Amino acid sequence: MNNNETFDPVIIGFTCNWCSYRAADLAGTSRTKYPHNIRLIRLMCSGRLDPTFVFKALANGADGVMITGCHPGECHYLEQNYKALRRFHLLRRTLKGLGVEPERVKLVWASAAEGKKFATEVGSFVEEIRALGPLNWYRSNGRSPDDSGPTSHEPAPDLKEVPA
Amino acid sequence: MTVNGNKPKFAMYWAASCGGCEIAVLNIHEKILDVDANFDVVFWPVAMDAKYKDVEAMEDGSILLTLFNGGIRNDENEHIAKLLRRKSKILVAFGSCANEGCIPGLANLSDSREIVSTAFNTISTDNPKQIYPMISYDVPEGEIHIPKILPVLKTLDQVVDVDYYMPGCPPESHQIAAVIDLVVQVLQGKAELPPKGTVIGAGNSTVCDECKRARNIKMVKSFKRIWGVEVDPELCLLEQGIPCNGIATRSGCNARCPTAGAQCIGCYGPAEGVIDYGARLISAFASVIDSNDPEEIDRILDGIVDPTGQFYRFNLAGSLLKAGKPAWEKA
Repeated sequence: MNNNETFDPVIIGFTCNWCSYRAADLAGTSRTKYPHNIRLIRLMCSGRLDPTFVFKALANGADGVMITGCHPGECHYLEQNYKALRRFHLLRRTLKGLGVEPERVKLVWASAAEGKKFATEVGSFVEEIRALGPLNWYRSNGRSPDDSGPTSHEPAPDLKEVPA
Repeated sequence: MTVNGNKPKFAMYWAASCGGCEIAVLNIHEKILDVDANFDVVFWPVAMDAKYKDVEAMEDGSILLTLFNGGIRNDENEHIAKLLRRKSKILVAFGSCANEGCIPGLANLSDSREIVSTAFNTISTDNPKQIYPMISYDVPEGEIHIPKILPVLKTLDQVVDVDYYMPGCPPESHQIAAVIDLVVQVLQGKAELPPKGTVIGAGNSTVCDECKRARNIKMVKSFKRIWGVEVDPELCLLEQGIPCNGIATRSGCNARCPTAGAQCIGCYGPAEGVIDYGARLISAFASVIDSNDPEEIDRILDGIVDPTGQFYRFNLAGSLLKAGKPAWEKA
């Protein structure tokens, strides 16, 4: 249904000030190429990542969200990246319940020295999202739920039998 | 505020709701006489006979106060919401459904056609001829209509402008009584209305703030469902590993459920300043997990059997995503 070849995903990336943002910076200064699809937002720490940010990104048109932070044990604020890890796990479970592919949210650890790793991870995430196709949350493309309701209460043929 | 010596007009409407809000209003006991003494009740389908055309015939803005409960599930709900908005000076989103979708809003996890199928064609339904409701039908007397279901349930303020929000499933009767007292005082010139958009009949803090249970450091090694454990009557429920939503839920109920030994399920909606109720709970629950090991974290999280239901039981339609993907994908 979607032409995934021409689909240009929009990805929001959250980076932490001390490691992953510097990894992105290093990728830039060392001229490592990575796809343009990611829009980076710098937080002080991955522990600052409120899941609200992820929902807001998805609701407003992002196809995927990449959360990045310092490696476990190396957090500038001792162990806030573990908080990010736990939130990430619970967030993915919640998204699944909402019918959203949990793979649309990814967690990546990158130290300030791992510019190359950062670039590679962005590259592979873009491909993963491309394979999933656009999310197109209804607000994102101007569609609102009242634009196209069912024209009758007759269910679609594939929905006729629903287990109780 | 009386007009031509007449009593100001009052209306109450139920859209997609269970009727519990109306019962909560009647539960204010003798205070209901104050409503009658101070207001002319012009439209209240559950309590008196009235026709939509009577409301349509009213002058715009002629109803002083309308309490609107229920979510917007079909085009009839939507029509009445718009109509009552036009006719009312003060429109209050009354109760969780009108505020944030509540239980009917959980239907936003499913395709609306699937919902109709479930209602008319499941194993528990005797419908051998596969008869489904039709939106319009020709009979000798003319064409008849029934309301059309919308792809997703919407909250009142997703459809019309709302003046005040009164949360709760249902709003606590003492809170309703306090709001009626306030409105009566405003009518008598003894008080001022709060600014538009205010949440009325509730606190500005969280359920935890009203909860008397002892709180220490929260470190949870496993989440348990409440029927599976013997609950310590004094200790914070979340500390006992019972997923209690009090931390993100608006105060106003006097922490009824935790006081009675049951976890808060979040019927008073998001606390002040919370944009996405579920996101706030994800944050909070994740923070209390006592593990840094991904596998163990996963195991602990298995204890929250239905995270989406746990976090969005009342708030799905009012959340940032508003619905599950299947609800709008096929719409």
